[in-house]
Amino acid sequence: MSETILEINDLRVSYGGIEAVKGITLDVHKGKIVTLIGSNGAGKSTTLKAVAGLVKPQSGSIKFKGQELIGLSPDKIVKSGVVLVPEGRRVFPNLTVKENLKMGAYLRKDDLTEDFEYVYSLFPRLKEREWQLAGTLSGGEQQMLAVGRALMSKPELIMMDEPSLGLAPIVVKDIFKIIRTINEAGITVLLIEQNAFMALQNADWAYVLETGTIKTQREGLELLDDETIQEAYLGKTRE
Amino acid sequence: MEFAVSQILSGISLGGQYALIAIGYTMVYGILRLINFAHGDVFMIAGIMMIYMATTLPLYIAIPAMIICTVLLGFLIERAAYKPLRAAPRMSVMISAIGVSYLLQNLALYITGGQPKTYPRIPWISDTVTIFGARTYVVTLVTPFLVIALVVALTLLINHTKIGIAMRAVSKDFETSQLMGVKINTVISVTFIIGSFLAAVGSVLYFTNYPTVVPMSGAMPGLKAFVAAVFGGIGSIPGAVIGAFIIGICETLIKGTDYAIFSDAFTFALLIVILVAKPTGIFGEKTTDKV
Ligand SMILES: Nc1ncnc2c1ncn2[C@@H]1O[C@H](COP(=O)(O)OP(=O)(O)OP(=O)(O)O)[C@@H](O)[C@H]1O
Ligand SMILES: [Mg+2]
Repeated sequence: MSETILEINDLRVSYGGIEAVKGITLDVHKGKIVTLIGSNGAGKSTTLKAVAGLVKPQSGSIKFKGQELIGLSPDKIVKSGVVLVPEGRRVFPNLTVKENLKMGAYLRKDDLTEDFEYVYSLFPRLKEREWQLAGTLSGGEQQMLAVGRALMSKPELIMMDEPSLGLAPIVVKDIFKIIRTINEAGITVLLIEQNAFMALQNADWAYVLETGTIKTQREGLELLDDETIQEAYLGKTRE
Repeated sequence: MEFAVSQILSGISLGGQYALIAIGYTMVYGILRLINFAHGDVFMIAGIMMIYMATTLPLYIAIPAMIICTVLLGFLIERAAYKPLRAAPRMSVMISAIGVSYLLQNLALYITGGQPKTYPRIPWISDTVTIFGARTYVVTLVTPFLVIALVVALTLLINHTKIGIAMRAVSKDFETSQLMGVKINTVISVTFIIGSFLAAVGSVLYFTNYPTVVPMSGAMPGLKAFVAAVFGGIGSIPGAVIGAFIIGICETLIKGTDYAIFSDAFTFALLIVILVAKPTGIFGEKTTDKV
């Protein structure tokens, strides 16, 4: 077993008194792709937002490389090496592709030349569209930009919230290929997906979340063969 | 001929002064979706501070000191009256802004004792010159150039610096900006600092032309500048500047005719027309509401 890079312990998050995350415990091992699947409203996004510092948990702990993240502001969390690609891409529509990437590197003070090259090598289409306003990109291009922007912070852990949402199957394939490439470059991935089939095929380890609690956890491919999982999540995604 | 030249020059100059105030309205709106009703009063307080500072300090110290204090005032207003309401409905923040506006007016009333105060005469820009046979103040000629220089500097800042890019990002999406590591409150403070700085510079130009300062002195120019910002498309800096020049010129030209008493009415009629015909203004974005 490799070392644990992210350790979430009994995490509870409420919105105005209603508990969305009800005591989640999960580990992410360094260098792996870990996925978190579950139906709508299960609390997946909330969990990632808590890690990124966007929502304040009621209780529990979130440790990144041994350091407690709860209570840190989002900028401190980014600085420590954790980045979130938010649900729905959320590129800055009024900024050019290049400016969006610069925003990703907002906290960095070192030279960015190599990072731009790296991102453009992963996504050559972004290079062609460097000066285009992000709002005019296609959905797939926006997702690539959102991932590229996150990479500009030089993260150790990249969290992605439904990167395949609303994309054509062929683009989904591209996105997953990129996720593997990023992972092979040494970046740990924590991935939320509705597309459980693709997620489980690519993940080293998978957690199934149901109404705010972890229901099962297993190796990705193993879970893919699980009948109850097939019924609950895979049937749905193939409808 | 001389009359026309002098009217046009004054109109351009007044427009420039409105522009410096209007930028503060439009930038704050762009980021917070807040109409900062206190902005015109910050402009008035800048005038009052200048009057008091100039009685004891030489002008070359009083002017920078006044500008610094105005910037500080804008910064503190945001921290004290708007920041605690960040998560509150937008209407609460508006009401808070109206409260600050009254507070500043009453503060001015208290300090001045309700007596109109005379703005210090600033050498050189208060001098009169004759241009194309028309007599006018130097400030009238200087204003448009100064305004253009400041607008160019501001545009460069917004388009090419890190903080400028962050301001544009924050204006679209707070949460995602935070995910990039941007401290939202810092960006908002910078916005208020820029707005107050420009209002402070504007106050020197404006009160050199209209040298009496009373607690209500910020209300009218503030309102005109606000209309200019709406006219240009609130949230847009070029829009605010162009809107301000149009309003300043039209108003001054009307003042030179037999219909002089309608010059203010014109501005507000324009507001109504624009709100009915094209609520987003000349350069406004199509979607004014933020998710
Ligand atoms: N800002 C919010 N205010 C109030 N309730 C919220 C908020 N965000 C999420 N919730 C609630 O918390 C629960 C979990 O939401 P969350 O977005 O984490 O689910 P999810 O697993 O990401 O779902 P999906 O797959 O649809 O994205 C839901 O019941 C949702 O309604
Ligand atoms: Mg979600």
